[in-house]
Amino acid sequence: MSEAIAPSRPVPSAPPAAPKGRYRAEPVWVPWVFLAPFLLTFGVFLVWPLIQSVMLAFQQTFGPKTSAWVGLENFTFMFGDPLFWKAVRNTAVFAAGSVCVQLPLSLGLALLLNRPRLKGRAFFRMIFFAPSLVGLVFVGLLFGLMFAPRTGLVNTTLHGLFPAFDPEFPWLQLYIMPALILAALWLYVGFNMIYFLAALQNVPEELMEAAALDGAGPWHRFRHIVLPEILPIATFVVLMSLLGSLQLFELPFVLLNGSAGPDNRGLTIVMYLYQTGFVSGDLGYASAIGWVLALFMGAFAIGQKWFSKRHEES
Amino acid sequence: MSLTPTQRQRLLLAPVYAALVVAAGFTLVPFAWLICAAFKTNADVFSSNFLPLGDGFLGVAWERLTVANFVRLFAELGIGRAMANSIFIAATSALLATFFCALAGYALAKFRFPGREWVISVVLAALVIPGSLLMAPGYKLLFDLGLLDTYAGLLVPGLTPAFGVFLFRQSMMNAVPATLLESARIDGAGEFRIFFTIVLPLVRPMIGAYLMITFLGAWNNFIGPQIVLQDPARFPLSVAINQLRGLYGTDYGLIMSGTLVSIAPVLALFLLLQKEFIAGLTSGAVKG
Repeated sequence: MSEAIAPSRPVPSAPPAAPKGRYRAEPVWVPWVFLAPFLLTFGVFLVWPLIQSVMLAFQQTFGPKTSAWVGLENFTFMFGDPLFWKAVRNTAVFAAGSVCVQLPLSLGLALLLNRPRLKGRAFFRMIFFAPSLVGLVFVGLLFGLMFAPRTGLVNTTLHGLFPAFDPEFPWLQLYIMPALILAALWLYVGFNMIYFLAALQNVPEELMEAAALDGAGPWHRFRHIVLPEILPIATFVVLMSLLGSLQLFELPFVLLNGSAGPDNRGLTIVMYLYQTGFVSGDLGYASAIGWVLALFMGAFAIGQKWFSKRHEES
Repeated sequence: MSLTPTQRQRLLLAPVYAALVVAAGFTLVPFAWLICAAFKTNADVFSSNFLPLGDGFLGVAWERLTVANFVRLFAELGIGRAMANSIFIAATSALLATFFCALAGYALAKFRFPGREWVISVVLAALVIPGSLLMAPGYKLLFDLGLLDTYAGLLVPGLTPAFGVFLFRQSMMNAVPATLLESARIDGAGEFRIFFTIVLPLVRPMIGAYLMITFLGAWNNFIGPQIVLQDPARFPLSVAINQLRGLYGTDYGLIMSGTLVSIAPVLALFLLLQKEFIAGLTSGAVKG
């Protein structure tokens, strides 16, 4: 196979039917060689840690070096652990805020941009998409300063508009979750818009025009033509947004400078996992938290499958 | 007064433009604030929202703007080193991931072999495993392998993301005709040669998009280097700038200039190439 002929320029002297010895239809070893890097890293850095995390979930560790078996204690402790439930509550608030505030706005922007005969579509799309190129850590730094009391842009603007608004309003002390939802809104609204925009491109324009001629109002057209067409991608975006929200970590971690905020108001599930695993050094309890989180995420993924299947049948 | 249909159309679009302009304004304000803060002294950051007010052109005290923050970043705080680290990490991981994902995606898209269906379900399963589940045991594994505080510990686990294998399989199923591969084999071309000279050129748009996706992901990755790396000389921008905040917490101008030098290069590059980038991001969702 070393003296191969460049396939782009056919050689006239090539025999019409290659001799049996040289013709290899699909050599058996080839796909496995091509897959080897994937299978290797998959096995070492995914399957093995996954097995480890099952075992770690039943241990208590003190750093990566020493550990002791504790049976189900991590899980029973978790169910009575007020910090864990606080983290679950905070994460749920963020997830609900993301899905209920951010996604409708993403869809709204996509619907606006999808208007036929709109000029400057690419320009607006670029502006809305730009924040999603900024890394979470930089968004955290930026919004951390913008939410600062007295000098931050959010408070000075609100105070300027409504003089009754207290310029010392303590976003990062008392209202961490709203601040996080706002920062995530800025970051992701354009990203999700891209998906809705791609979905809207599948909606047949003739159908919309015909419906408009028949007297169907904008809401009716959206409900009966647009929504059914974009539903598969919409449920995909909702699922992705939920799964991402459940794993919220870097944004509050940076925004709150590595802490969980006063009274743990900014503690999320993964942040609690990080604190127990890497600050307190109990990788066992951290793994147990990771598995409960994976269970939540699996439930949402199955829920989405079930929903879209049921919808397809109806 | 009666309107022609085109005038009517334009009038109907006016509120759409208005809404878009307002939304664009909200989107751009944080960028504007960031850029202004980066060029101000700390006193001016606290006393003015955007540009410092004075009696210069347009009522702005232009002479008070300064590049001192940037000088300090590079001359005093060694951010140039972190930037070089970021470029190295992002470029290496983008090149490696793109190459190995294309290789695996090609195997799954264009070869029939026993075990293929099994590998495909493995890829799909790997897509839904939450990264945070692997954080604790992954750290232990890197410790056991002696890869903590090395670039290998950062790069090797992300060598072939399942997402990339999935994307390349999707695009190669349609973009690479089987007859072309057959005739190349009849001509006696080797399998690697076929991959490099026939398959890769056919999926060039996907390669570009995936290079960008992985480059950006590695550039913006914070928690990975935060956990794996310990020596500050190895830190990429994401970790180094966050550390600056720990050290110079109230020096807003300095922190914002650090943030600006971290996001401006990728922002400029990716907005230029946004069409390809967006096509890559959505192709998995729309086709799959």
